[in-house]
Parts: sequence; structure tokens; C-alpha cells
Amino acid sequence: MEKPLTQHIVPGRAPLSLKEYEQVGGYQSVRKILKEMTPQEVQALVKESDLKGRGGAGFNTGLKWSFVPMGPDAATPKYLVANADEMEPGTFKDRVLLEGNPHQLIEGMIVAAYAIQASISYVFLRWAYKVAAREITKAIQEAYDAGYLGQNILGSGFNLDMHLHTGVGRYMCGEETALLNALEGKRANPRAKPPFPQVSGLFGKPTIVNNVETLCCLPHIVNNGAEWFKKLGLTADAGTKLFGVSGRVKTPGCWELPMGTTIREILEDYAGGMQDGYLFRGLLPGGASTDFLVEEHLDLPMDYPSIQAAGSRMGTGTMIIMDDQTCPVGFTLNLQHFFAQESCGFCTPCREGLPWVEKILLAIDKGEGKPEHLLTLDFHTKYLGPGNTFCALAPGAMEPLQSALKYFREDFERHIHEHHCPWSKAKAWQPSI
Amino acid sequence: MLTAEEKHQIDHEISLVPAPKNACIEALKIVQHSHGWISDESLKDVADYVGMSPAELDSVATFYNLIFRRPVGRHVILLCDSISCYVMGYETIKEALHEKLNIQYGQTTADGRFTLLPNCCLGTCDCAPALMIDNDLYRNLTVEQLDEILNKYT
Repeated sequence: MEKPLTQHIVPGRAPLSLKEYEQVGGYQSVRKILKEMTPQEVQALVKESDLKGRGGAGFNTGLKWSFVPMGPDAATPKYLVANADEMEPGTFKDRVLLEGNPHQLIEGMIVAAYAIQASISYVFLRWAYKVAAREITKAIQEAYDAGYLGQNILGSGFNLDMHLHTGVGRYMCGEETALLNALEGKRANPRAKPPFPQVSGLFGKPTIVNNVETLCCLPHIVNNGAEWFKKLGLTADAGTKLFGVSGRVKTPGCWELPMGTTIREILEDYAGGMQDGYLFRGLLPGGASTDFLVEEHLDLPMDYPSIQAAGSRMGTGTMIIMDDQTCPVGFTLNLQHFFAQESCGFCTPCREGLPWVEKILLAIDKGEGKPEHLLTLDFHTKYLGPGNTFCALAPGAMEPLQSALKYFREDFERHIHEHHCPWSKAKAWQPSI
Repeated sequence: MLTAEEKHQIDHEISLVPAPKNACIEALKIVQHSHGWISDESLKDVADYVGMSPAELDSVATFYNLIFRRPVGRHVILLCDSISCYVMGYETIKEALHEKLNIQYGQTTADGRFTLLPNCCLGTCDCAPALMIDNDLYRNLTVEQLDEILNKYT
């Protein structure tokens, strides 16, 4: 099984230095594009490879790039940003790439920057990733010293500067336009679209924001071709994917597997199945903002259309497992507390609605719920859903809630009728602040 | 008053962006690194230096979870309270910390040694529960490990 993204990552060992990385073929894609390909050819190749954004939205990467104005009349400078904010609970896949092989990310960023003719690039890294910050800083310096970054890269006339920006903690920063505001030294509120960042992004200039895993795929696509990349996937979706599992499984972790590997295979063959004494009840397939899937969905392939057809989203591909000893109300309350706390407060439905949802869930969990509370939660899932809020934070928050109300409604009703949490006679979960 | 070293570092950040105010978050990070937190006085100094009003800078500073606008202890404990850590029982860790340090979330120990804060997902969900103290990440935590971990910090 080919594992292009993680082939040079050895857990517990320092990432490859630039020299070691070059010895295993590193930066060949940069040499190739600068020598043999036009930016438009790189864009076309990536579009043809059907690489979809690995940050969660799953939009065709080459197509996203194609909206950037090109040619001598295009605004300058143009920017490329690697989104390494990764603050969605349950998501930890990019950490593996950032800590394990930072040169692969830098190489991918050079490819992307060349494709859109960006001359300034940023790695927007979340604050908590201290090891990654250290390794990336080191790798960027090595890349500058070797002439892969800076002016006139490898004598091609192409220039690219790269900076590491570490965030100061806010989930909103992972949203494309909010991230740009954060980089500009502002509150990380989302921006209205249009204009799209591809046309007017960072400091008002054309900007592409790509997820770390997406960028790490690029050197391999350039080196091996679009057809090779497509064939890595088992189903209609192209490439490999980093899948992760957390929760009460025997061996939680993160693995690079073909796109389209089934949920059951990931859960049983890689995560080792449920821990002894725990039974599977449900899972969020790709982070905290995806809908629950249950037993009947275990044989679904993990790819964008299959998971969408089952009523959820593949998101980041990192699953959170809910076992039979975890209260579904407490589980949902924990998620809603996170979203309520992290709402930027910019638009009213999100700012007001999410704390309301959290309060209702807390009341239910404490045994103070009323039957009409379920109706209130139901209408929140609609009124905070897509189209009613400024960005996708609140609709994302509603995904686990609406599916919890669908699959675990009896558990919610039991809390209300029995006036306590059936899982914990001691006390209900208490939000932090 | 900003020190010469702080000004030097902030000047470097300003050189990378179109306008000084674009570097305000970096400037806050630099000042927080040397003082531990952002006092009203520091906020005003930074605001003056990058050409913003204190109120405008405060609206940025208070937006971010890890810019501290109140004093913190010598070491900041960030306990992950997100979903994977919840499923794996982080609450026993939380209760043990409350008891051992005799503080609640948001408080600092009487000797100024630790401040305890909740933190959303530390991105190490496969090794839950987890916490960070300063720059150090601790994973697969058990209550039994806490004394040894806390004793590392004076």
C-alpha cells in the first residue's frame, strides 16, 4: 500500500533534515515545475488529479486555484497560506505531518505558490503545536539556505518568502477568511464573500488558503502524475487520506490509508476495535462539526460522496467514537459548549443561539429538562443551520446536535422523564466557565 | 514602557506587514512573553507603538484565548476539555487538579506558581486526556502522574 504522505515519518524520531529529505527525492517537484512547467500547467495537473481540500470542505484544489487572477495585470503581491490551525476537537491529523515531515509541507507550499504565482507565504500554526513550530522554523531556514526559498529560486526567476505565524488560540482562525483577519492583526471574524480570497484576500491581495494535508499531497502529484494520484483511492475519490480515531478503542491513532477505506476497517483493523467492556454506539466521522453515524453505517467507504449520502460529512477524516458508557447528552453538551465558547460573536444567531442550546442541554443533563426542550433544540438545528448564519460555525455545531436528536432521542427523553442523567448518578457535566 | 529588546522584536514584525497595526498580535505576544500577561499599561504602550487606540487593541487582545489580560502564575496549566478528552475521562484529572492546587479554573495558586485554565482541543486526541504546562505537553494522563508532573515546576 502506497503511503506517500507519511512514508518518511517515523514516530518518535526527529523529522528528516533537508539533506536527508533530498536524498529520498525531496524538492524534486520544485525542480521539475520551475524547469518544465508553467503555473497554468501545474494548476491543470492538480485539477486533473481531483485532489480535494483535506481541511474538511472537500473542494477541488486546482479549481480553487483557478480563480486567482493570473498574468502581468494581476494584483501583487499574491499570498499563499497553509492553514495549520487545526483546532476542531477530535482532529489531530495535520499534527502528524507538521511534526513528522515539515519539508514536505514547505515543498508543497512552493508548488502551490508557483501555481498561483504567490511571492509571500505563511504557515498559520496553532499555538499549542510547540514541536511543530520548532521543526518548521528549522526547516524554513534550511530551505532558505539551500535556495528553495527567497529570491530567484534555483535560478528560475521565481521568488517566494515564507513566514511562520503562530496563532493565539481561537477556533475561528481555522475559517478561511477569519484566518486572514487574524494574520492582519484583527479579531478573527469571518469576512463576507464575495469578494473571495482568491481575488481579494490577505491585505486585499489575491490569496489562497490550503490545508496542510492538501499541500503535502502536491509534491507527489507533480512527481507521479494525476492518474497515479487518482488510482491511490479505492472509490471515486482520489488519493490517500490521513484517518484518525479517538475514544474508547484499543489503539487510537492516525493512519494514511487509501481514500474509500471503510469505517469498519479503520475501526477494527487499525484502531483495534472497542476497548474491552465498551460497546460502540456512534461516531463523528470527521471532527466535532460532523453528524453522527451509527452501526448501520460502519461498512461505508470513507470518501466525500459516501459519507455525505449517509447524512454526514467526511470533514477531516478523524473519527471520534462514542461508546455505550458515555452519555449522548453529555457528549453533545460538551460539543455545544465548545462551539458556544468559540463563536466569534459576530452574527446574532450564532452568538445568541449556541449559548441557548448549551443551557438547554445542561438543564436536560442535570435532570431539569422539559419535554418542550426537545422541540426548542429541534428548531435551533434549523434556525442555526446553513443559510441563516454568517459563516459555517453554527451550522457545523448543529450537525452533531441534529443527528444526536435523531439517533439518540430516547436517551434525551430518558433524562427528561427520569429527572437525572442515567449514566452518572453523581452529577452532570459542568461546562468549564 | 517597552524595552529596547521588545521594540526591536516588534519593529521586525512591523517590517513584514503593510501597516504597523497589522503586527499588533505579534507585538502582544512579544510583550506577554516577557511579562507573562498584558497589563493595561502594557496594552497602552503597545497600542501607542503600533498606532492604535487602547480600546481598539483591547478588542483584539480579549478576542484571543491565549492573550492573558489578567496576571497569571509562573506556570499556566491548560487542561483540554474537548470531546475526546471528555470521553476518556478528563474530569477526574480536573477534579484532582482543583484539589491538589486548591484553585478553580481561572484562578492562580496562593504562591503564584500555577494558573489553571480550560483549553479547547490540544490536537492530541489519540492520546487523551491531555494537558499542557507552559510549552510541555502531557498525554495519556492519569491522576497518579499528576504529582510527578506538577513537581517539575517551581
